[in-house]
Amino acid sequence: MTHAQADAQIASATFQVRFHGRGGQGVVTAAEMLSVAAFLDGRYSQAFPSFGSERTGAPVVSYCRISEREIRTRAPIDAPDALIVQDATLVHQVDLFAGIREDGFILVNTSQSFDDLGLGDLAERFHPDHLLTVPATEIALRHLGRPLPNAVLLGGFAVMTGVVTIDSVVAAIEERFHGAVAQGNAAAAQEAAALVAEERLARASSD
Amino acid sequence: MLRQIEGSRAVAEAVALCRPEVVCAYPISPQTHIIEGVGVMVKSGRLSPCEFVNVESEFAAMSVSIGASAMGARAYTATASQGLLFMTEVVYNAAGLGLPIVMTVANRAIGAPINIWNDHSDAMSVRDSGWLQLFAETNQHALDLHIQAFRLAEELSVPVMVCMDGFVLTHAFERVDVPSQEEVDAWLPSFEPRQVLDPDNPVSIGAMVGPEAFTEVRYLAHVRQLQALVRIPELAAEFETAFGRGIGGLVSPYRLEGAETVVVALGSVLGTIKDAADALRDEGIPIGVLGITTFRPFPAEAIAEALEGARQVVVVEKAFSIGGHGILGADVSLATTGRGPSVYNVIAGLGGRPITEDSLRRMMLQGIERSLPPLSFLDLDSGLVERELDRMESERRSGPSAENLLRDVGTVPARAS
Repeated sequence: MTHAQADAQIASATFQVRFHGRGGQGVVTAAEMLSVAAFLDGRYSQAFPSFGSERTGAPVVSYCRISEREIRTRAPIDAPDALIVQDATLVHQVDLFAGIREDGFILVNTSQSFDDLGLGDLAERFHPDHLLTVPATEIALRHLGRPLPNAVLLGGFAVMTGVVTIDSVVAAIEERFHGAVAQGNAAAAQEAAALVAEERLARASSD
Repeated sequence: MLRQIEGSRAVAEAVALCRPEVVCAYPISPQTHIIEGVGVMVKSGRLSPCEFVNVESEFAAMSVSIGASAMGARAYTATASQGLLFMTEVVYNAAGLGLPIVMTVANRAIGAPINIWNDHSDAMSVRDSGWLQLFAETNQHALDLHIQAFRLAEELSVPVMVCMDGFVLTHAFERVDVPSQEEVDAWLPSFEPRQVLDPDNPVSIGAMVGPEAFTEVRYLAHVRQLQALVRIPELAAEFETAFGRGIGGLVSPYRLEGAETVVVALGSVLGTIKDAADALRDEGIPIGVLGITTFRPFPAEAIAEALEGARQVVVVEKAFSIGGHGILGADVSLATTGRGPSVYNVIAGLGGRPITEDSLRRMMLQGIERSLPPLSFLDLDSGLVERELDRMESERRSGPSAENLLRDVGTVPARAS
């Protein structure tokens, strides 16, 4: 989706993102950084966690809403416009895709294809530009030396959906982290953004 | 300055801008981020002079706050849930002594069974303690209410509790306008205590009072709360003039013009309620919302006036008096007795149960049809309740109910037989 299309969508309704991952992967931080990025773009945004009995490795959910108007609802997001899946091992364990809109976006952290993940049926229902994978853990390991996919995926998300700018994502990362961690995450997010842009370009030229 | 920050951080910033001289707290979810935030500012010297006192319990945290306040220091603390219960005895003392402590309560359910999530059982359990209780709808409200709380507390020499929904607000990132130090300094004068412990001029406070004057002492506490009913809207108006935000006051009316049905609530659920009400208004249904910002003192007259034209009133609240009724619901019923509207009480969001727009819409439609029972529970899983009642009926040693329910819903595996 282009920024212009995304702008039109957000002008008419709140854009809702649900994050799935495991405790320790920065699932809550990801939603918070996305909300900061949207704020820096001049929009209203709201990020909040779904608290369970959090333990490292346990499934965690967080939410982010982005809107042109003040966001008043405090309800969890049950009909997301986009899903960010930080841990592909969750795809068959948790009801990840519940409520996802037919024209929604799904971004999964994996180096496998949707077919390999056993999600071929799902892939057929969605527009190919709306269903992407990014090997975010590998990218994070290269830039940070740690398997933290959250900031990386936001880079891919920015290009895939157009609802936030990559510049604001990078600024949100730099607001959250400092020094080498900020630089590494920012570079990793930019690499993911470039990867998604290339993939989209390749698909457009093959169509 | 507009910032996109966590609610807890927004409150920590607000508290620091009010320059407390003593902060003493014991960590408990979901209050922890607030007190960590204030602690960091004390440690870095940004909030100075201020002493951050580490103690072993909430009982000690409130006790230290009492001592600090009695010595003439501006004192702040924060807690939640069991922490508030653990300090309850001294919560009453702070009010009885007329010490203007400000405390954040990051509202959370009370166990057993243990539950870290949001409802209003904690704040409601101390509603009769003599503290003023203000409820925040958003993080901007939470921030602004803290600034107003210090001024209100110190003017009237009463403690003020600012209640904000745990996790729902404390852990939500959203836009807040953080005022400058100069703006807050200009609005909040330095603390001039009404009573102070001074070794050079010794006095006792908290001495024993017998039947000869105890009624009058309590009546005076009531009078101070009635003074607060007048002062709170004045301060909100002054705050709006200074900061440009109409936040605070006694009640917060929304789309009440011509409303035949009005939903009344406290805290962050008002946002979802307003969205649900807007959808019905778009369909031509005359419905409105009344937020209660000040719960103690209870603004009975302001509520009765706001509900003047309503035929039915639905009070939604996140706590109830077990074996009795809703707490806000009972207060609203009393305030509107003889004034016309039928009051329906709906208990919702206990222990963090999400309150969805769909459920609120169904509740509103039932309210409009006047088909709600006097007291009901939003989204109650009655099948789950029936199964446990059956178990209790059929065998004496049916086991602990909470654990039985968890097995029924599949949160924990069935017992090996």
